[in-house]
Amino acid sequence: MAARKFVLNENLRELGLLMFIIALSAGVQARNPVFLTVSNLTSLFTNTAILAILAVGMTLVLITRGIDLSIGATIAFAGMVSSLTVAAYPTISPALSLLQGTLIGAFIGSIIGLLVARFNVLPIIATLGLMNIVRGLTFMVSGGKWVSSYQMSTGFKAIATGKTLGLNNLVVIAILVYALAWYFMNHTRTGRRIYAVGSNPEAAAISGIPKKRLVFLAYALMGALAGLAGVLWVAKFASAQGDTAMGYELQVIAACILGGVSISGGVGRLSGLILGTVLLGILNNALPLINVSPFWQMGIQGITVLAAVLTNVMVKRNTDRNALRRRAI
Amino acid sequence: MNKRLLMVLVIVLLVAQATAVFAAGAKEGAQVQRHAFIFKNTGNPYGDKQMEGFAAGIKEQGFEAITRAPDQPTAEAQIQIIEQLIAQRVASITITGNDFDALQPVLTRAKNQGIKVLSADSAVNPASRLTHINQADSEMIGRTLIQAAFDMAGGSGDIAILSATSQASNQNLWIEWMKKELAENAAKYANLKLVRVAYGDDLRDKSVSETEALLQSFPNLKVIIAPTTVGIAAAGRVITDRKLIGKVKVTGLGLPSEMAEYIENGACPYMFLWNPIDVGYLSAYAAVAATKGSFTGAVGQTFSASRLGNFTVTKASDGGTEVLLGAPFKFEPKNIAMWKTVY
Repeated sequence: MAARKFVLNENLRELGLLMFIIALSAGVQARNPVFLTVSNLTSLFTNTAILAILAVGMTLVLITRGIDLSIGATIAFAGMVSSLTVAAYPTISPALSLLQGTLIGAFIGSIIGLLVARFNVLPIIATLGLMNIVRGLTFMVSGGKWVSSYQMSTGFKAIATGKTLGLNNLVVIAILVYALAWYFMNHTRTGRRIYAVGSNPEAAAISGIPKKRLVFLAYALMGALAGLAGVLWVAKFASAQGDTAMGYELQVIAACILGGVSISGGVGRLSGLILGTVLLGILNNALPLINVSPFWQMGIQGITVLAAVLTNVMVKRNTDRNALRRRAI
Repeated sequence: MNKRLLMVLVIVLLVAQATAVFAAGAKEGAQVQRHAFIFKNTGNPYGDKQMEGFAAGIKEQGFEAITRAPDQPTAEAQIQIIEQLIAQRVASITITGNDFDALQPVLTRAKNQGIKVLSADSAVNPASRLTHINQADSEMIGRTLIQAAFDMAGGSGDIAILSATSQASNQNLWIEWMKKELAENAAKYANLKLVRVAYGDDLRDKSVSETEALLQSFPNLKVIIAPTTVGIAAAGRVITDRKLIGKVKVTGLGLPSEMAEYIENGACPYMFLWNPIDVGYLSAYAAVAATKGSFTGAVGQTFSASRLGNFTVTKASDGGTEVLLGAPFKFEPKNIAMWKTVY
């Protein structure tokens, strides 16, 4: 037990991440004093909400040792279909639009889930294929045209700009998603089993855990969240185009990795995820504020993600070694 | 019974089509010159307007216009159309190329048959064309945008540029001209300060973050110039969301459909883009001039385009020659309602 003090574990990692965020914020604040103002923090959290929602879904998928590259396309497709619907029927209620997007996303996610769980297609291949198919579908349903702000109803756009209890709707939706995810991942049997499937598939199979069903569920949930995010996205930017959110999946995966979610499965906590998403949100918000050249902006993000991955590896090595040491005793 | 009715209908249709073909043949006999315009693909409202302008310009001069566009925006599809037009012995072909080089063989064949070939909007390589009808002059775009910002800022205050990527060649050229306009008229713009060029990479989320950073960093910001469709709409959205309409103004180059809301609500008093109808109309006059013998598309040659005035052929950056439409078209509250459904 005495050795435990020196072990770099998950808690310590998250503490380190938090310290880094505080140090970074202090540094940015010194360069540009508007950083820590209510108005800037409001826009920071509003702009990070969609990323945060997607990161929850991606975490589930990553925990099962999978990956989902199709979510950028799903965002575009769900956003396009919902905005085309709103353009055709302006009186449709915003809640119905959100439901429509979520269902479309869940359907796409289910197809991926079937391919991965039932037909054993590698997740990277299955989602790469779906990414192209869904992106193509987006162009087909829209005929290559954009849906613009004037074609969307005020209620639809208010999904992203309106406020509930003084908080921007996007932030409220993100908080709801996190609350549900926290309960699901930590306090339901299905949630705990998803971890089991990811950390040791063989042991999980032997103990009778329905692996296929759980993997399917992870992709379906990811799809549903991506569909929801699609509606939020087009409502926020008041424009739907064929190449919406192109490549956004990589941002989401980066947020997960920063948050300590392991690409090799089984590991990932919501507390870390929140920190990872916030860090990425701060980078997106603060680098323009302190006038970092566009060439450096990408480089800095890359270096941060790389540093996080290295820390993850060290954490894993330490916990493994610790586990072995305990076994020896 | 139904089947027989259907048969009759089919026969009637076939006969009608055949007569149409004969009628077309008859017209050719009557020596009405026909001029063709090929756009990139069908179902593109921007292209429809170009074809409309072209047809109007040809008709005004007493000739017949053929406007065609393939289903898919590919060079192969355009090659098929060009072959049909060669067979129909049109007088000229004006094309918005789907590929810079791939159309050269078929266009050379057209040229060898005595057909005059020009390009418009999207160029084909200099060897394939007499000249190219280009939308707007980079210099004029840059200068116009600074003048617009000066006007909107009321002569003094901070202005910023929100561009696409830092590598985008069009935008960089325009920004260069903007800076030149500021430098050359230093006295006029003494109180106008260009505080930053930000890059939104033509991504919605990044353009929004960059716009917000501009607003946070420069409290005296009066105007944001965004010479890119995604950037200007993102800036319009942020200004509207943050209830800064009237305080900070947006201008630049944008699609009327994307910008309609922000022009109507005042976030963007006016903005610019080329007028597709005029691109087509100017092409029509250049095409007819080319069939009149003396016009070969060489630098310095001039022709008249009726309501648009006189034009001179200039040297293009790709080594060929071009005709510049001129100042970009202004979209403002009084005309945006008409244009927002167009493109």
